[in-house]
Amino acid sequence: MRCAVLVFPGSNCDYDLYKAANSVEGMEAEYVWYAGDSLHGFDAILVPGGFSYGDALRAGALAARAPILKALRLAADSGVRVLGICNGFQILTECGLLPGALHRNSGLRFICDTVSLEVSNTATPFTTGYAERADIPVRIPIAHGEGNYTCDNETLRKLEDNGQVVFRYAGSNPNGSVNDIAGISNLKGNVLGMMPHPERAMTDWMGTSDGRILFESLSG
Amino acid sequence: MLKGIVTVTLKQDVLDPQGQAVQHSLKTLGFPEAQNVRIGKSIEVWLEESDSQKAESRLKEMCDALLVNAVIEDYRFEIVEA
Repeated sequence: MRCAVLVFPGSNCDYDLYKAANSVEGMEAEYVWYAGDSLHGFDAILVPGGFSYGDALRAGALAARAPILKALRLAADSGVRVLGICNGFQILTECGLLPGALHRNSGLRFICDTVSLEVSNTATPFTTGYAERADIPVRIPIAHGEGNYTCDNETLRKLEDNGQVVFRYAGSNPNGSVNDIAGISNLKGNVLGMMPHPERAMTDWMGTSDGRILFESLSG
Repeated sequence: MLKGIVTVTLKQDVLDPQGQAVQHSLKTLGFPEAQNVRIGKSIEVWLEESDSQKAESRLKEMCDALLVNAVIEDYRFEIVEA
């Protein structure tokens, strides 16, 4: 599986994501610069975390209007798998590929921690590997100041009814997200945005390897 | 030359934790009458345009295209001589 790791000015998890993807059997990652205009030939597109454009205006707002986004939209529409992590998730909501918005954590603090997650939908191409361990919470790190997912009630109802809530914070909610949402997909299920960083949970020495399951599901 | 001044605010039903923190500080500073604080931002755009109606419609396009996230924000603007 050929994966593109998008790189915007201010992305800072691009290398981690590149290393994570390349460490998974059957996955081969390469960087694609934000000014490019083609994502032809990629089976998956990974949008990394960080602070694209220094979070100017709103987190993800400027990256969501960068040249490569035209190609990203085309790819997403044609069913290519798209994974946005943290700032990548913010970019996907800002560009409209995912509904809702991510705003300031309810406690105002930037939170860097490892959290427990419930996988609410194990039928997406990103989460099939979690089905076998549905009862055990998944441990994955978070690091964000604006991860408070919000949307209108109608959108929330649709997300819940259609199984688009893929990850939920289990136990305590770190940022005030509505319905404890940590990650959502589009209706088709080929676009996933999540605040937790699976690329930082790839081996036991990182504290948890629960993120690897996501990449293995994707490559599977 | 004209200037557009866009005021962006969080929608009323969106929680503003920053505003809450500031309201709390005002209270401890002896301003108990400050019951609620909401924080927005002001964006000034200098426009190479002399027709204020044209400027208004272009500025609205800019708000919809980039300056405002309609999911969580509202906006209003005025056009003044730069």
